[in-house]
Amino acid sequence: MMAMSKIMLEQEPGEIEMLLPFHVAGTLNARDARRVDDALARDPELARQYAVVREEYAETIHLNESLGAPSVRAMQKLFAAIDGEPARKPSLSLDFSARMSGFFASLSPRTLAWSASLGALALLMQAGIIGAVLVKNQSASFQTASLSMNEPSTRNMAAEPPPRALVRFAPDARVADITALLDSYQASIVGAANGLFRIQFGNKAMSKDELAGLMSKLRSEKIVSLAEAAP
Amino acid sequence: MQVLYGRHHVRVFRFGLRLVRDEQIAEDLISEVFLDVWRQAGKFEGRSAVSTWLLAITRFKALSALRRRKDVELDDEAANAIEDTSDDPEVAVQKKDTSEALRKCLTALTPEHREIVDLVYYHEKSVEEVAEIVGIPENTVKTRLFYARKKLAELLKAAGIERGWP
Repeated sequence: MMAMSKIMLEQEPGEIEMLLPFHVAGTLNARDARRVDDALARDPELARQYAVVREEYAETIHLNESLGAPSVRAMQKLFAAIDGEPARKPSLSLDFSARMSGFFASLSPRTLAWSASLGALALLMQAGIIGAVLVKNQSASFQTASLSMNEPSTRNMAAEPPPRALVRFAPDARVADITALLDSYQASIVGAANGLFRIQFGNKAMSKDELAGLMSKLRSEKIVSLAEAAP
Repeated sequence: MQVLYGRHHVRVFRFGLRLVRDEQIAEDLISEVFLDVWRQAGKFEGRSAVSTWLLAITRFKALSALRRRKDVELDDEAANAIEDTSDDPEVAVQKKDTSEALRKCLTALTPEHREIVDLVYYHEKSVEEVAEIVGIPENTVKTRLFYARKKLAELLKAAGIERGWP
């Protein structure tokens, strides 16, 4: 087994060797990760190669981190371009709702965890950007396609619709925090505009008192800066 | 869009910058990428991570931008020609700084090798995700990364650094 990787190098790379970088990056499925672990335990030469891969991994991250971040100009250009986009039809609202939910759902926990390790600088940058956009929204005519306050009703006429609310999250709220909050309330985002999110809670109607209690609880959340019941 | 932009713009910028090697163009890429996302969000079907989708769009835009720049070709010669002017790997070795030499050699890889190394190590993309972003079969992802690593080892060896592999 010790000589296996060397022989393979002289001919074709071995399957396990080719998986080493993905194992170091933590992107292998459980079965392949186990295969690599087993092979590493048996083959010291492979283990040496693994150490080399780890070095490459660390330096690639270092190199990319040294590239810095884009200037505010890029963000200004983007939102100016969005301002110039034709207004969307209201019928697209629900499509966008699904997309927003999809976006949040598909953010990988590993990536989010990694992001946290970037520390205060990244958080400050993100907060700054979101803050800047929110400030911009207060004075400009930035218009998202997603949410019309006159959104056509999609309720089932045979039953009362589940409760909804308009929510603004704190500018420094992280996506991970928002998704955790949505999970805890069994809520989903069904629309968004000008920094406000339209959120739907569960799939059953609530009494007035229950809804008032829910709003009160929501307002007490650290990452929620505004919450109002909405049709 | 604000949340999405805040969450992903730095990585999109860095991926684009590593491909086009020009900050101005990389910044323009960000606007183009997120504007495309804005326009085509309906096409996002949630089958892959948002970041995978964004990187695929970024890659497409970056390659288009490179094609527009007639003085830049996607081959080894061009990669070497637009190499930065700071210390080359040999000089870095003289400084006894293996890490720095490794980073220099990472920069000296061909664009094809560079992007796959970045996607796997920095962007932490799986075999399947890289295949989706680059548009190649999964087995090619694995072999291409293997040969990128071999090339890296050769560059380091040429610079006098032996790492015990290959």
